[in-house]
Amino acid sequence: MAMTGVLRPGHVQIRVLDMEASLTHYIERMGLLETDRDDQGRVYLKGWDEHDWFSVVLRPADTPGMDFTAFKVDSVETLNRLEQSLKDFGCEITRLPAGDLKHCGERVSFISPMGHTFELFAQKDYIGNGLGNINPHPWREDLKGMKVHRFDHCLLYGDDLDGAVKLFTEVLGFQQTEKVVVGPGGSVQIASFLTCGMKAHDLALIRHEEKGKLHHVSFLLRSWEEVLHAADIMGRYKIPIDIGPTRHGITRGRTIYFFDPSGNRNETFCDSYDWYPDHPEITWTEDELGGAIFYHDQQLNERFLSVVT
Amino acid sequence: MFGLTSGYTIHIPETGASFNCKPQEMLLVAMMRLGKKGIPVGCRSGGCGVCKVQVQQGKYATGKMSRAHISEQEEQAGFVLACRCQPQSDLVITVVGQMRKATHRNEVSSSTAE
Ligand SMILES: [Fe+2]
Repeated sequence: MAMTGVLRPGHVQIRVLDMEASLTHYIERMGLLETDRDDQGRVYLKGWDEHDWFSVVLRPADTPGMDFTAFKVDSVETLNRLEQSLKDFGCEITRLPAGDLKHCGERVSFISPMGHTFELFAQKDYIGNGLGNINPHPWREDLKGMKVHRFDHCLLYGDDLDGAVKLFTEVLGFQQTEKVVVGPGGSVQIASFLTCGMKAHDLALIRHEEKGKLHHVSFLLRSWEEVLHAADIMGRYKIPIDIGPTRHGITRGRTIYFFDPSGNRNETFCDSYDWYPDHPEITWTEDELGGAIFYHDQQLNERFLSVVT
Repeated sequence: MFGLTSGYTIHIPETGASFNCKPQEMLLVAMMRLGKKGIPVGCRSGGCGVCKVQVQQGKYATGKMSRAHISEQEEQAGFVLACRCQPQSDLVITVVGQMRKATHRNEVSSSTAE
C-alpha cells in the first residue's frame, strides 16, 4: 500500500505544572527517552522505537492540557498543498519557522473547529531507534519502566465535532474508521475515530461543550503482558490509575488509563486491527455504549467520560 | 478515636462531618475514607479541579495546582484542590467542587447503591 499525504501522528506538546515530577513520570516510569531541551524550558522526548528526533514535548505552565499535536506529511509539496486547502476550508494558518521546535522543519499550524491547535510538518531530524539499520537487534536492553514503544494518538474533546470530522476527512484525507451516534435514529454523532494510515485510529474526537480539551495522550505497547507490566509500574510508584487494565469495544484496544503528575490523562495500550482504505466504517449505538467503551464490565465510568485537562 | 492523636481533625460544618487526616496525608485521601458513595475522585494530580474545597480555618501546605481551577485570588481566599492539600493543623472546610454532590449526600457506602 502506498501511503501518501498525511503519514502519521508526529508530536504532541503537553503542558505540565511540575517539570521535575513530569520527567520522572515520562522518563523513569513510562520509559520515554530525553532527546533535547530548549531555552523555553521545554523538554523533548521520544518513544524508543521512533526514528524522528522527538514525539513528545513537555512545556512548563500553570495549567495542564495540550498546546498542540502535529502530523507528519510526506513532502514539502504536500505541506504547501494542504496549507492552501486548509485556508480554502476557512482555517486561520500560522507558519512556524524551522527550528522553532528544535530538530523540526517548518510547521503549518491551524485551529480545528473543536478549538484544538494542530500542526503539519514535513521534516524532522533523524535520530534512529538506537538499534542501527544494519543487522539490528530487535530490542533494546536499556529501557525503563513501561518501555512504551511510541507516541500513538490523542483523544480530544471539543464542541464542533461535525466540523472537525469534515476537516480531517475532506481536507486532510483521513478516513473515519469508527463512530458513535446517539439520539433519535442515531442522528447525533458524539465520537469519531480517524486514521491517516493503517491504524484503527491516529486521532480520536469526542463532542463536549467546551472547546480545546485534552482527554488523553496515548502510547503504544506490543502485548497484553506489557499492558499488565505497565499496571505493575503504576502500582509500584502509586501512579493514579483512571481505569483498567481492560478492553475497548471501539478499536478493540487493550488498555490502561492513568494520570501524569499534572492531571493529564495518559493511555498505554496494545492491539487493534489493520485498517485498509476499502474497509467499512463501524458504527456504535447509544444502547451499546457501555460495551463500546469498556467491553469487559460494559459500564460507563463518570470519571473517564468527564475528567479532561 | 485513637487515631486523632496522630493527625488532624477535618470538619465540614455544612454536613456535620468530622474525620481524621494523618500527618503527611493529602486531604483528598482522608476525604475518600468518609465512605460516601460516588465521590468523583478525578486526576488526583492537581489538574482536573474535581476536588476543589475552601479552607475556612487551619494551616496547610499545597502542591502545584492548575490555575484553570484555582486562581491566584482564590488561592489567597483558601481555595485548594484537596488532592494537593496537606493539612498542618485541624481544618474547617467547605466543599465547593463537583465533589459537593457526594460529600453532602446522606447515605454512606454500606447503604444501597444510588
Ligand atoms: Fe486512546
